[in-house]
Amino acid sequence: MGQTIAEKILAAHAGKTGVVPGEMVDVELDLIVGNDASTPIAVKQIETYGLLDKVAHPSKIYLALSHYSPAKDINTASHIQLTKRFADRYPEVTVFPEGYGIEHVIIPEEGLVGAGDLVIGADSHTCTYGAVGAFATGVGSTDMAAAMVTGKTWMKVPETQKFVYTGKKRPFFTGKDLVLYLIRQLGVDGVTYQVMEHAGEALLDFTMEERLTIANMAIEAGGKTGIVSYDEVTERYLAGRAKRAYRPTFADADAMYAAVYEWDISDLEPQVAKPNLPSNTVDVSSVEGLSMDQVYIGSCTNGRISDLRAAAAIMKGRKVNSNLRTIVVPGSKAVYQQALREGLIDIFLEAGALVGPPSCGACFGGSMGILAPGDRCLSTTNRNFTGRMGAATAEVYLSNPSVAAATAVTGKITHPAEVAHEPVL
Amino acid sequence: MNLKGNAHTFERDMNTDVIIAGRYVASTDPKVLASRIFEDLDPTLSTRIQPGDIFVADANFGCGSSREHAPLAIKGAEVSCVIAPSFARIFYRNAINIGLPILECKGIYEVTEPGDEIEVDLKSGVVKNVTKGLEFQASPFPEFILSLIEQGGLMEKVVADLNR
Ligand code: SF4
Repeated sequence: MGQTIAEKILAAHAGKTGVVPGEMVDVELDLIVGNDASTPIAVKQIETYGLLDKVAHPSKIYLALSHYSPAKDINTASHIQLTKRFADRYPEVTVFPEGYGIEHVIIPEEGLVGAGDLVIGADSHTCTYGAVGAFATGVGSTDMAAAMVTGKTWMKVPETQKFVYTGKKRPFFTGKDLVLYLIRQLGVDGVTYQVMEHAGEALLDFTMEERLTIANMAIEAGGKTGIVSYDEVTERYLAGRAKRAYRPTFADADAMYAAVYEWDISDLEPQVAKPNLPSNTVDVSSVEGLSMDQVYIGSCTNGRISDLRAAAAIMKGRKVNSNLRTIVVPGSKAVYQQALREGLIDIFLEAGALVGPPSCGACFGGSMGILAPGDRCLSTTNRNFTGRMGAATAEVYLSNPSVAAATAVTGKITHPAEVAHEPVL
Repeated sequence: MNLKGNAHTFERDMNTDVIIAGRYVASTDPKVLASRIFEDLDPTLSTRIQPGDIFVADANFGCGSSREHAPLAIKGAEVSCVIAPSFARIFYRNAINIGLPILECKGIYEVTEPGDEIEVDLKSGVVKNVTKGLEFQASPFPEFILSLIEQGGLMEKVVADLNR
């Protein structure tokens, strides 16, 4: 029987020739990822069980100090300290210091993950790495602790749903809009315990950065991960970047899927998710004119260079509306530096936006952009749950960076074509 | 093992941000987390939970982030068990890993009102709403997960495997 991409990657890491959905497997990991919010609990678990000296493969461990970057108070500073002290025991553990970037931006950017890899991370958006053809999934801190000690984890082989895209995307329709549209169709538990496999000729039109956004939000439909089929876009991205050998993995023609969807994307317009679930998504045209108190551009979903370029293209030579705060947070130091070189940071500052250091920032209500009761925010992040970015009565809307930038300019949700006529990618 | 307690009910898609808001994940102390549990949904809930109480929720409980602070907060509140027709997978793993009993069971949410007395037999998976006099059968744990629970959680299993 044919196998899906996920089944092949899991089988390869379980030392088997094949696996079937529902089967429990013990798998060897290529990468174990944590951050300053999840790692402290993992370290405490390891310490409680007297295993601090028993970490199996420290060179596979990557810890990003990105959630509170820099620390916002004594508690968060202590978490960073604890994480660093743990890493100090193992010179082979890689720590990305405060300001270096968000883990899901840095790890693909630096070529640390490649096609065919099996990755767990103590962060739900670890699924981002599916964009380069890896099987990557979020776990909790205790799973991370066990994996650091054993180099392995247990998994139930998931079923896969396949999404085949056809047609041609319209201006200002991006990877973010595609994944919001998908969650709108499937609901927030549409792929629970399952994998999304993205394929189809229309995907060739989506850059790797857009694909990282698509894979990033698999978890928002409950998915274990979202894998984009390996193609020339993947090949171009990984060649010369990958730090380890990678193994392009393809689905068999007779692979078994729990469902197969074929979607023509030609008529779709940019999407906006309304509070308080990512599935509460509508076409941008049906929420146009709604006034906002804040626009937030950043995060592991849309804090990459192409996102900042898209936002800057709209803000260039314009001012952000004085009725709202506009916050731009580059996803990594490399993105920040590239944006500086291209003059994008100048454009944001000239427009009156606030530019923060690379960080998760306000995405999860951590720091630097927290919402007051009743505030409305249009954000390029991935979640708009109650209280996600601050007060419980604050409202979070999700969109792509062009819609966010156009909204920053007018103060109300706006289709970018109304502000700028040519999209920039 | 038999658990008995009063029900607190929750609608579908209760995400981990609602269970414990991002502004509190700077703490890892189950007691501190418990004092903030579901604060954005119901600010007084934490003061009304009695040790042993049972959460009865609709589908997709625990969706969203991987924060283990969510099951830790529930454990810290001394809730004895969470019952729902389905759970988000990271939450499910986390709960099992830290030894918070969690049961997939259809039908009970629809008939349960806050305060109803609930009784759970973890071994057989029989779940009763005593107040309403109704009985339900939860899905059995897969063998692997049952052995994890019996060993006391994932870290206990890791230690046992290392010493083998
Ligand atoms: S940017 Fe937001 S979603 Fe991404 S890792 Fe940070 S907190 Fe999580």
